[in-house]
Amino acid sequence: MAGKLKIHVDPDKCQGHSRCKSLAPELFELDEYGNAHEIGDGTVPEGLEDKAWLAKSNCPELAIEITED
Amino acid sequence: MNKPVPVTDWISDFDHTDPRWTENPYPIWDVLRAASPVVHTDRFRGVYMPTTYEAVKAIAYDTEHFSSRRIIVRNSRPPITQSAPPITSDPPEHKPAKQLLLPPFTPDAMKKLEPRVRAICNELIDQFIDDPNVDAAARYTKHIPVRAIAHMLGIPEQDGDLFIKWIHEILELGITDEETLMRAIEEMSHYFMGHIQARKSKPTDDLISTLMNARDANGQPLSDMHVLGSLRLLLIAGIDTTWSAIGASLWHLAKTPADRERLIAEPELMPTAIEEFLRAYSPVTMAREVMKETSISGCPIKPENMVLLSFPAANRDPAMFHDADKVLIDRKENRHAAFGLGIHRCVGSNLARMEMTVAIEEWLKRVPDFRLDPAGKVTWSEGTVRGPRQLPLLLGAAD
Repeated sequence: MAGKLKIHVDPDKCQGHSRCKSLAPELFELDEYGNAHEIGDGTVPEGLEDKAWLAKSNCPELAIEITED
Repeated sequence: MNKPVPVTDWISDFDHTDPRWTENPYPIWDVLRAASPVVHTDRFRGVYMPTTYEAVKAIAYDTEHFSSRRIIVRNSRPPITQSAPPITSDPPEHKPAKQLLLPPFTPDAMKKLEPRVRAICNELIDQFIDDPNVDAAARYTKHIPVRAIAHMLGIPEQDGDLFIKWIHEILELGITDEETLMRAIEEMSHYFMGHIQARKSKPTDDLISTLMNARDANGQPLSDMHVLGSLRLLLIAGIDTTWSAIGASLWHLAKTPADRERLIAEPELMPTAIEEFLRAYSPVTMAREVMKETSISGCPIKPENMVLLSFPAANRDPAMFHDADKVLIDRKENRHAAFGLGIHRCVGSNLARMEMTVAIEEWLKRVPDFRLDPAGKVTWSEGTVRGPRQLPLLLGAAD
């Protein structure tokens, strides 16, 4: 069985396109400038793995990292 | 003004204002990309154009060698007297200037504006819904962004025609006509100074007042000139860009009944469709000025040249996008660069996406059947921002 996914937004790369927030609002939130960061510690709840990958594959700045425990 | 010599060799002598480029740039970009990741022309006092996604991205990320102090390729390079921070700013001035503008343009802020934009769209549709044919560029797409930004700024929506005139003079005529460019900037500055002065005695609850109340990194209020520059930017950057994006989307749907029918039957595809229209028909090409010698994708880059930073060409690069020349409204992976890459990511991208979505949704609700009018001609704007400026459509089901 595959381990849990963990997401992280690199704050130096994120430029606030907010693609991740619109594709996976359960996983990402925005600050007052519109820059994204992962919700909580970035652990992806079961069933939302596809959304995590979708967000990553639509980030124009390649700012989203996904690791597997 | 002498007419430019027509292009005979695109690869060594390209001209982004050539009528053939304006009409259909995509095959030209394919030729340029096949030749080199960066091409050069002696026109406009020397301009490079990156043709691949990789080269466009490398330049967008490199603020050391490429400055944003000039962001439009023109015939002349007049002294820099009027800036529009943050779009014309480089680090370290860029970040604080941009942070002032970001909060009013977050997705949440756009949600609050959305009902007004929906109403604007319907007010416009009311005026032509009973006509069998309509120029959708002149009567619909043109008015949506200008009214939305006027609403945000707290200025009369009916002043929109004035803004459209200035923007045409600055972005299109101003490429070759410096006198018209300067007069338009002058008139626009005068107009906004009036609104700034009025708010000094009577503050309002709008974006102009927000900017006037903002504090810079040192806790000081912004100068009138800074506020003016930012207002100039919002107007120039926020209007015919989105006008173009909405227009190109409608143009695509008018000539592609299968996509139109699918979008009506499967409205959940709207987000991917909007991103795909942004990729395939990206309206905005920015520019940079080369400050220091360097190389990009193995090509030498020399100072005293400008760079035509074509996000639209990057978005058609087959090395980055499969079926790059096809419009796939359900494209799942779409890292398009329509709003730029790096620190200059368009501050209004959330506004543009909302306006596009609402404009297409409301149109499809009220005008599900439409097609290009074979008796009319679609025309496209020239230069920095590309989109339909005449979009003659026939409304209603075909006989």
